Amino acid sequence: MQGSAANSVVRPEDRQAVYVFEAPVRVWHWIHALSIVVLAVTGYLIANPLPAIGGEASEHFMMGNLRMIHFIASYVFGIGFAVRIYWGIVGNSHSRELFYLPVWRGDWWRNFWEELKFYFFMRQDAPPISGHNPIAQTAFWLFNVLLTLFMIVTGFALYGEGLGLGSWADTWFGWVFLWLGDAQNVRMWHLLGMWLFIVFAILHIYMAIRADIMTRQSSVSAIISGWRTYRKVK
Amino acid sequence: MNYTPTVGQILQAKGVSRRGFLKYCATTASLLALPPSMIPRIAEAIENARRPSVIWLSFQECTGCTESLTRSSSPTVEGLIFDAISLDYHHTLQAASGDQAEAARHAAMEENDGNYLVLVDGSIPMGNPGFSTIAGISNYDMLMETVAGAAAVVAIGSCAAFGGIPGANPNPTGAVSVKDLVTDKPVINVPGCPPIPMVITGVLAQFLTFGAIPDLDKHGRPLAFFGNTIHDRCYRRPFYEQGKFADTFDDEGAKAGWCLYKLGCKGPTTYNACATVKWNSGTSFPIESGHPCLGCSEPRFWDKGGFYQPLSTGHFGSGAKLAGAAVAGAALGVAAAAAGRRRQAKFTREA
Repeated sequence: MQGSAANSVVRPEDRQAVYVFEAPVRVWHWIHALSIVVLAVTGYLIANPLPAIGGEASEHFMMGNLRMIHFIASYVFGIGFAVRIYWGIVGNSHSRELFYLPVWRGDWWRNFWEELKFYFFMRQDAPPISGHNPIAQTAFWLFNVLLTLFMIVTGFALYGEGLGLGSWADTWFGWVFLWLGDAQNVRMWHLLGMWLFIVFAILHIYMAIRADIMTRQSSVSAIISGWRTYRKVK
Repeated sequence: MNYTPTVGQILQAKGVSRRGFLKYCATTASLLALPPSMIPRIAEAIENARRPSVIWLSFQECTGCTESLTRSSSPTVEGLIFDAISLDYHHTLQAASGDQAEAARHAAMEENDGNYLVLVDGSIPMGNPGFSTIAGISNYDMLMETVAGAAAVVAIGSCAAFGGIPGANPNPTGAVSVKDLVTDKPVINVPGCPPIPMVITGVLAQFLTFGAIPDLDKHGRPLAFFGNTIHDRCYRRPFYEQGKFADTFDDEGAKAGWCLYKLGCKGPTTYNACATVKWNSGTSFPIESGHPCLGCSEPRFWDKGGFYQPLSTGHFGSGAKLAGAAVAGAALGVAAAAAGRRRQAKFTREA
């Protein structure tokens, strides 16, 4: 669209705005983020239940509710990711950047190194990169493709335990128990995945705000409006 | 050829009433989740069964599995069923010793070639054949020799099924399970430390009735007994859903019989029949006695961290690696910051 047309004629330093995140990508980003928050909170409480509450047992359904919310959020998470894969196929070129790392390109590695220097404050300005920078792209791929798939696979495998043997979740994801050894290992790795998502969230939010402050590119507003705007160089 | 009485004739001779026998068949049918129409078929199959030969091999084990089995063998019907099986070789229970015992094993193998059942308890040491021998024969050699002509192999207990305590970290004897070695015969895993006696006899009854291997789960366990988690069948499950947990062994929750999840209960990940079949002739099972499930019928349950640590707690060992990574990360940050400052100082000087 306009973004790619602008790429060819306008020099990076003169660029005004590029339409990066199409609406489905933006909607998915926030659904994905929200479902991770819900899944992490309920998941943590499933692994480490709250102290017992007083009163009659019949008045409470704490774990039952937590599990139900967790399951609903997991369907949102899983189906949302499936829709995101679809949009990676039909969307613009930026919508595909999540799913592959162009490790065969020399400039990608060069930019990776330059971006790393910038992140470590060893370089004053951000390297001029259109789209996502290589480090961000690597993090997105590791955490939001690999880890997301891992959490979907282990999560639905555990869900299949509740549905019972022969259920769809058991049929599709039952192999996970052999892959990771047994049900207790699957639980442990699934819980570890939650901590990895929390690590990613901390880095991701820090980097997004940092980019807004320290580079010419808009970052936080881009995932709301879709437009990556560029400040004038002083 | 000698006249071999059928199981039905033997039961009659031992004074078991027809009514008692059918009751046992009905119990077995319901344990195996079969419709009532299958009861006559089970009765017929057991009555007419010709005492299949069974060879029981004990390797690196503690005899707990045999103890468990004999606990059900006082005058209950399943005990007689087991009598009615021709148990031709069993280290602990056989009267013969030395050459006679080994001769009995060889005789059983030759007479019933291709038809006998091999029951194994205990793991097999692969580190050194001398770690465990019987009659001068290493466990590995005895297993492979005996299994060669067997119809099927039943691995009794977690050691035979998954390696068990000899196979636990650091596994000094290089212990392996039966399934690791026997690849050309059907292997039924009946894990547990020990397995429930009714489950052992139930698997045998199922094999007798249908003459076929029962449906098995991913770990080779019969679905009839290992198809549900303890958690899903636990009578304390409602307390879990309600968020009512015992936090210590002597608090109000423990007295009130609430869920033992936070005290390390492995029920949610453990597939076994304890919560339904129970122990000691249906008296109780660990959770009913106020103790969390250890998960003894799951692979490598000894290596899963503390028995009293909640389920999802990791078992990565000490936090030494984590601390190392944190120190390395901090050092990298300091180095990068120092380098950045030097550059900045240079810029400022030049400007």
